[in-house]
Amino acid sequence: MSGPGSLVDIRNLSIRFRGARDVHAINDLTLGLAQGETLALLGESGSGKSVTLKALLRLLPPRRTDIEGTMKVNGADVMSITGRALQTYRGGEVSMVFQEPGLALDPVYTVGRQIAEAVQRKKRVSRDEAMSTALDMLRRVRIPSPERRLSNYPHELSGGMLQRVMIALALACRPRLLLADEPTTALDATVQIQILLLLRALQKEFGMGVIFVTHDIGVAVEVSERIAVMYAGQIVEEGTTHEIIKSPRHPYTRGLLAANLHDVARGTRLDAIPGAPPPLDVKPDACPFAPRCPLAEARCRAALPPVHQIGPRRRVACIHADAPMEAA
Amino acid sequence: MSATETLRPDSPAQILRVTGLQKHFPVRGGILGRQKARVQAVDGVSFAVEEGETLGIVGESGCGKSTTARLLVGLIDRDRGDVRFDGRTLGKDLTLRDLRRGMQMVFQDSYASLNPRLTIEESIAFGARIQGLSDPVGRARDLMDRVGLDPARFAQRYPHEVSGGQRQRINIARALAMSPKIVVLDEAVSALDKSVEAQVLNLLADLRAEFGLTYIFISHDLNVVRYISDRILVMYLGEVVELAPVDLIWSRQAHPYTRSLFSAMPSMDPDNRTEEPPLTGDPPNPINPPSGCRFHTRCKFAEAVCARDVPVMRDISGGQGHLAACHLHDTASGHSRAGEEGLT
Ligand SMILES: Nc1ncnc2c1ncn2[C@@H]1O[C@H](COP(=O)(O)OP(=O)(O)OP(=O)(O)O)[C@@H](O)[C@H]1O
Ligand SMILES: Nc1ncnc2c1ncn2[C@@H]1O[C@H](COP(=O)(O)OP(=O)(O)OP(=O)(O)O)[C@@H](O)[C@H]1O
Ligand code: SF4
Ligand SMILES: [Mg+2]
Ligand SMILES: [Mg+2]
Repeated sequence: MSGPGSLVDIRNLSIRFRGARDVHAINDLTLGLAQGETLALLGESGSGKSVTLKALLRLLPPRRTDIEGTMKVNGADVMSITGRALQTYRGGEVSMVFQEPGLALDPVYTVGRQIAEAVQRKKRVSRDEAMSTALDMLRRVRIPSPERRLSNYPHELSGGMLQRVMIALALACRPRLLLADEPTTALDATVQIQILLLLRALQKEFGMGVIFVTHDIGVAVEVSERIAVMYAGQIVEEGTTHEIIKSPRHPYTRGLLAANLHDVARGTRLDAIPGAPPPLDVKPDACPFAPRCPLAEARCRAALPPVHQIGPRRRVACIHADAPMEAA
Repeated sequence: MSATETLRPDSPAQILRVTGLQKHFPVRGGILGRQKARVQAVDGVSFAVEEGETLGIVGESGCGKSTTARLLVGLIDRDRGDVRFDGRTLGKDLTLRDLRRGMQMVFQDSYASLNPRLTIEESIAFGARIQGLSDPVGRARDLMDRVGLDPARFAQRYPHEVSGGQRQRINIARALAMSPKIVVLDEAVSALDKSVEAQVLNLLADLRAEFGLTYIFISHDLNVVRYISDRILVMYLGEVVELAPVDLIWSRQAHPYTRSLFSAMPSMDPDNRTEEPPLTGDPPNPINPPSGCRFHTRCKFAEAVCARDVPVMRDISGGQGHLAACHLHDTASGHSRAGEEGLT
């Protein structure tokens, strides 16, 4: 995805953390997002979802991190943004919501003041104007009695309310791109669905692009129009949410769908993917899923599988991508 | 609330029978933190479990699932209530020691529950050793085999040298080393990746068949609970609000809270996504739970009677064991819509 409509354009991104044991967290990742689009980055623990988002915000420790490839956001080369421009970029152009809202909010300031200050850092407005933006944002995230909440401290709010404040903070400067890292994982199911629907509504209202990281397929279905499935620091499959759910092609995606237990009959044996994800101390030079894959062949273990472009913006990194498979 | 209505009639097949279980935690409240307040974590919980059965427990965070579990296995003391295990009553002809031995617990945090300085083999053998069983190491190795961990590869490793899924297998083996009749699994698969979770669920099903185990399975994932359980118990703010065989509750959620909880499950169908959140707001404070039906502050059917009278568990299925505590299901409650068809 590149060209005029493109908001995010990541090409051949590889990220290695150096240390006693190297970690090849991201391996030749290519990913695009159009303006106003919502993409779910779906993958299990350690697959590189958070690292991808942090790279986009330039939040990785520079001294221990080797980064190759290019990342563009709204046409600008992310790696070459420096100094003040980086400040404007973070929170202005792109902002992020985390799984633990408590970590992003300062316990000693009221939520109103924190949102207002975030606004003042990016825009030349008076304190009063900033505070009224804060109030407006609390309203938009549907916090009950927002006037009163302005003067609440974070510890006075419940988990669901805090996540709403976090979203208000992230959207206060009208970013074009919102990065959401499992923002509902720590919440109760009844609160989670409220936040997902809220994000969906705000995305429409503000017209921003969203990359939503999750390990939960159901959550991805609720928020996204496109899904990219990650495994071992790579995108193994990408398509519309409909395509990924209704006709998954990669064996890993199919395994994940089966493991979701959505309509598995009670008492039947689960079709579990054996084993565990690979350690990433060396860069994969074969299909990283091969050791767990029921369809693996010698050539899967010999070289990286080709990325099959099986439709417009639909790709699968598996030698079997062309062969039709029965739905998982 | 009336406890006995929750129970099936007493029967020798019941390996566990809990009546009126209560636990209130004293906490500091008030502005200066001096006031004494009590969190009503578990308040009058009753249920019975038959041998070989799996009972699933669901409900929002803080509703008292873990407290119930910890009361059952004797990790904390109950304020009130009877626990009868294997025909004997706790505090009468059943000692805490025997209860703990017969009922084992597996927690969510697979790391915290293992001693980091013991090898995996030692960890598993520990239980058998303190019970004075013969050949603890041999038993440990057998169990490792049973939970799918090759003793030759894993016996001498330490907890930090294995993956989360493997650690959870170790915890399960450790629980089994005590030869329990009941295993209480508190969010035991929740921290695992989906693909690994499926492996552990298969394992749990195999072990249940092999050892005739009874499970009490706590999870926030309704799909998982449905898959593993025979019956589901739903808690809200320290109380049981619904209890039913899985198929019955899956096709009909009788309590409005259960209905909301089930509708909060993400849809899985991109053509048919959730449009309205089934519940607004957060659960109320358990220090000062609402009067009457504790759900009345969030229930769309609530009427004056709901804030006034505590609904009791009653059978709504003509004796098929589907129970719910809601005035809508009690024609004598005074709720204007009580007994109306098709509401829930
Ligand atoms: N700063 C770092 N230094 C070294 N390794 C790191 C660092 N950050 C992440 N990693 C490693 O990179 C890999 C990818 O991590 P990442 O946090 O992106 O996973 P994730 O997909 O977000 O997983 P989760 O679902 O558990 O959050 C992991 O192996 C992780 O241990
Ligand atoms: N030791 C304790 N002291 C004070 N309050 C406690 C203690 N343990 C639990 N509570 C409170 O009791 C209530 C029930 O807690 P419990 O851990 O049983 O909930 P739960 O249903 O297991 O929730 P979760 O799904 O988050 O695990 C909560 O309000 C909790 O804060
Ligand atoms: S008793 Fe009343 S408030 Fe409680 S669930 Fe039933 S209708 Fe709702
Ligand atoms: Mg992450
Ligand atoms: Mg708990």
